[in-house]
Amino acid sequence: MDRFTWSNGLLEIHETLVIQQRGVRLYDGDEKAKLEVGIVMLTTHRLIWRDQKNHECCISIPLSQVIFFEEQAAGIGKSAKIVVHLHACPANKEPGPYQQSKFSYIKLSFKEHGQIEFYRRLTEELTQKRWENTPASQPIPTATGSQAGRTRAVGIVGIERKLEEKRKETDKSISEAFEDLSKLMVKAKEMVELSRSIANKIKDKQGNITEDETIRFKSYLLSMGIADPVTRETHGSGTHYHMQLAKQLGDMLQAPLEERGGMMALTEVYCLVNRARGMELLSPEDLVNACKMFESLKLPLRLRVFDSGVMVVQLQSHSEEEMIASALDNVSDKGSLTAEEFAKLLGLSVLLAKERLLLAEKMGNLCRDDSVEGLRFYPNLF
Amino acid sequence: MSFEWPWQYNFPPFFTLQPNVDTRQKQLAAWCSLALSYCRHRKLYTLDVLEAQESPLFNNKKISRKLSVEAIQIIFEELRKKGNLEWMDKNKSRCLIMWRRPEEWGKLIYQWVSKSGMTNSVFTLYELSNGDDTETEEFHGLEEGMLLRSLQALQTEGRAEIITMDDGKGVKFF
Repeated sequence: MDRFTWSNGLLEIHETLVIQQRGVRLYDGDEKAKLEVGIVMLTTHRLIWRDQKNHECCISIPLSQVIFFEEQAAGIGKSAKIVVHLHACPANKEPGPYQQSKFSYIKLSFKEHGQIEFYRRLTEELTQKRWENTPASQPIPTATGSQAGRTRAVGIVGIERKLEEKRKETDKSISEAFEDLSKLMVKAKEMVELSRSIANKIKDKQGNITEDETIRFKSYLLSMGIADPVTRETHGSGTHYHMQLAKQLGDMLQAPLEERGGMMALTEVYCLVNRARGMELLSPEDLVNACKMFESLKLPLRLRVFDSGVMVVQLQSHSEEEMIASALDNVSDKGSLTAEEFAKLLGLSVLLAKERLLLAEKMGNLCRDDSVEGLRFYPNLF
Repeated sequence: MSFEWPWQYNFPPFFTLQPNVDTRQKQLAAWCSLALSYCRHRKLYTLDVLEAQESPLFNNKKISRKLSVEAIQIIFEELRKKGNLEWMDKNKSRCLIMWRRPEEWGKLIYQWVSKSGMTNSVFTLYELSNGDDTETEEFHGLEEGMLLRSLQALQTEGRAEIITMDDGKGVKFF
């Protein structure tokens, strides 16, 4: 590794990039070089390596220094490598990452593959030796020429640099934009304080503000996500809004529930209710909170959570035993049923059908047959 | 005489390990008794787990159902707890299946010995398991390991003594 010199990675005149490959780590002989993973670039004149994260760190070595190279196959946990054997260091070599090395070869470890193509191109370049055709204005350490007239031929490296700069700028403008957002958040906090103080004033001056306005104001607050400031309760006994909502749901869902055999998945309820409302849609959270209040409000509906996590709304009159008994009947009738078949039979959604079958299994009325053909339920003859 | 399969054998859920605890208990009990009677019928004294998976015992081709390795292991564990199975190796790949326990074999052998008026005589193990005289007995063809253990059980009871001879083992009944 002591053959490498620091470089700015820019190509010289007449030097062209042949192939580059990311995800390459360098080895000083058999030991990992004290460098990170980077991009290796093969040009007509040199082998250049640049650190992927820190683009300032860039080193190169002239191809004329290469004696020969060979492949080292990948192993378990080891990437494929190309071993490059090098001539000895010339005396007037420019400084590089390593002052000295006991090895006269390096390895390129291809962590993201690409070694086959790279090897092929390297073979080509070392056969053609295109660097020998070009005039002497190059940074080859063996050349006695000065390095003054170094022209910045842009090439791919230049494009990369430009992209990098652009990315940095975009980054900066995004963080500036978010700065505004964080300022907005601060303002929002002030707004919350403001509305809270107004709400308290309302509370104090009950007579002055009409009932209507109060309700309107409260609903505005709610739509902004601020819980009703008058009642300090949170979930559990719920807010006034949720209570009203629960009552409304109680009315609205009677008919649909009866149509569907007394049970509906919460997602179905959500769709149904919001479709009916048209405007002022409910959030899922509000729906769940309202449903949780069914029992305490003595409404004829119940929110129920199955073992699997599925939530349903069911009529209180809906009897568990009846459901299971009828499920058993259906299954015995047909010998065996899958959840899909059962759903079709009853006009239920597959989800609810499966829950019912699972419940019957839990109660010991059904048993399961799990095979490549799918999951079937049989009457429990055991 | 062909083996009579129990009704569960043709019931597809029998081959799926049941999640319901009560159902599972009944299922495992049925499997244990099926395994033992199958081995008794075929006079199998040992089972190799991988081979067993493909044998008709755990693989009912007619209904295209077979037990998973996991289920077989659970059934074997049940049998082991009941004292009907012993593992022959640490990897649990081969086991001794005792559809009759050594003590029971011992009793059968002793019954035959006393019935034939052969107490106080010496037998080689071979004579007992493969001799012409014992051809009609249930213990005819008994695997050597099991035979030895059943004689050891008798020995513990003081009804026999195992003797080591030049070319093998023998036993004297009292």
